[in-house]
Amino acid sequence: MLVFIIRRLMQSALVLFAVSVVVFVGIYAIGNPADILLPDDATEQERDHAIANLGLDKPLPVQYGIFLGNAVQGDLGSSFVFNIPSIDLILSRMPATLELAFCALVVALVLGIPLGLLAGLRPGSLLDRTIVTGSILGFSLPNFWQGLMLIMIFSVTLGWVPSSGRGETGSIFGLETSLATWDGIHHLLLPAINLSLFKLSLLIRLTRAGVRETMPLDFITFARAKGLSETRIVGVHVLKTILVPIITVLGMELGSVIAFATVTETIFAWPGMGKLIIDSINHLDRPVVVAYLMVVTLMFILINLVVDVLYSILDPRVRLQGIA
Amino acid sequence: MAEPLLSIRDLHTHFDTKAGIVKAVNGVSFDVAPGEILGLVGESGSGKSITGFSILGLIQQPGRIVGGSIRFAGEELVGAETTRLRQLRGRDIAMIFQDPMMTLNPVLRIDTQIVEAILAHENVGRAVALGRARDALAKVGIPSPEERLKAYPHQFSGGMRQRVAIAIALLHRPRLIICDEPTTALDVTIQAQIIHEMRLLCQEQGTALIWITHDLAVVDSLADRLCVMYAGRIVEQGPAGAVIAEPAHPYTRGLIDSIPSRNSRGARLKQIPGMAPSPLALPAGCPFRPRCSYADDACLNEPSSIGVGAGRDARCVHPLVARVPA
Repeated sequence: MLVFIIRRLMQSALVLFAVSVVVFVGIYAIGNPADILLPDDATEQERDHAIANLGLDKPLPVQYGIFLGNAVQGDLGSSFVFNIPSIDLILSRMPATLELAFCALVVALVLGIPLGLLAGLRPGSLLDRTIVTGSILGFSLPNFWQGLMLIMIFSVTLGWVPSSGRGETGSIFGLETSLATWDGIHHLLLPAINLSLFKLSLLIRLTRAGVRETMPLDFITFARAKGLSETRIVGVHVLKTILVPIITVLGMELGSVIAFATVTETIFAWPGMGKLIIDSINHLDRPVVVAYLMVVTLMFILINLVVDVLYSILDPRVRLQGIA
Repeated sequence: MAEPLLSIRDLHTHFDTKAGIVKAVNGVSFDVAPGEILGLVGESGSGKSITGFSILGLIQQPGRIVGGSIRFAGEELVGAETTRLRQLRGRDIAMIFQDPMMTLNPVLRIDTQIVEAILAHENVGRAVALGRARDALAKVGIPSPEERLKAYPHQFSGGMRQRVAIAIALLHRPRLIICDEPTTALDVTIQAQIIHEMRLLCQEQGTALIWITHDLAVVDSLADRLCVMYAGRIVEQGPAGAVIAEPAHPYTRGLIDSIPSRNSRGARLKQIPGMAPSPLALPAGCPFRPRCSYADDACLNEPSSIGVGAGRDARCVHPLVARVPA
């Protein structure tokens, strides 16, 4: 297991390197930041000075070499716009995104698994068809449209919850979070629901399919023949069996929820990383974009690692070997 | 015969499928005495497993018991409360399945699966239950049971897994165990061991067995009495020795003839011509009629059960042994 984890971490370094090359070249191709950063009335001298200052006068391979040299020392460059280390900028926005992603995932789990179980245990019933139809809506309605509709109904028409911003934050165990205040929770509700709807539908589908696959198996009938209660059969035998595919998908989805909460954050003006990356792309703030993608890549790698380790705990037939 | 432990009368279990109603069990009646081993024999699809599941109330949708009676120790099980059936399952009536690879949950440890079966019926502490689980494994001949308790099913061989399933079935000293082809998926040598041990364990506890199989050679050495099933009906029943030595129903005769034996080496194996009828389109009259060399117009009417000797009866118009009015 330890060998597996060490190998995996060494491979991650390679992946990070490859991503950095692709991102660096890609962002270089988009345009010249100097055109956007400098005022129109800047003199030629001021321009040259600024470009030299930002290191944009050097050829691409040299720029990359400098970036890489700094990166291995933990310095991913400073934001052109804010002139503070881009990694600090990202980390300052990260709690808001993590909080949003975490809440969305909790909503999806707490509603998705029980609804999936209910539907799967009574296939073809009215309840089953209602839940499945609902999940189709969750899948197929575009995320941004769902967000706008939520604002329309709950903020504009009913006026129950605010439509934008993070609200007042408090601190729990030293973490700054909206969950600490009522105002914060109010602000969090709509974006969290918006972000969770797709995952919720996915979880309902997965759970339902898993239950329907597991119920006719011999070991379930054998569990019944032992005289176990239906609660124990569903709660232990079925649930533990279907947890493996659920964890897999959830792991992948957690990464994408954190990395691409962009749409939700933009609609609800949520001050997270997703909003930051959109702004940074608009300003061609290269260091921030590169650093953000590095952070996200690292996050995906770590989540996948955790999922692999979880596998071996959930399914005893999976044993992590030195191979990856 | 003493008061039967299990008494089934005119049991009908049907499946409502899109293609029509499948009468998987179509009027089955038999008794099992306490401590008796009953062999329930038939081809695939003859309804023998469904009969077993019906006793435990484990028929799943779209199947259901549409008629008849199953009395266990005087108590009617057809239409009994779910909670009552759950109390009986595992405690008074246990079941062992065909495929040991599939009967244990692959993601739960052996101790979990045994302990939960104990706790389902008895209010004992976890430590006590674990001790009993270890004893149960030792009893069915699993070496170093203490360590094996911590193992997962995939770390056991097929024969060992079936032993675990047997250990679970024996936990509460049930009065009846339904064995649904428990040795079919095992090697022949393991088969013989398991059959031998099952018989010893049941004698020890006075447990009655219903041994469901398609293999007459297996029940020959094991069963006290035989029921031969065909197309959802029992076509012949009686003491095992008499039925095998002198079958009354042409179908039973066919089954016996199709067992390979050392004495007929080199000779072509006899087989029953044709195939078992589709349960959706049973022929009128005797369902075996299209495959039977004795069939004539008299067989177009459904034969009723007739006495053919001491404790024997058969559903045939042309029994191969002399009729003995019951």
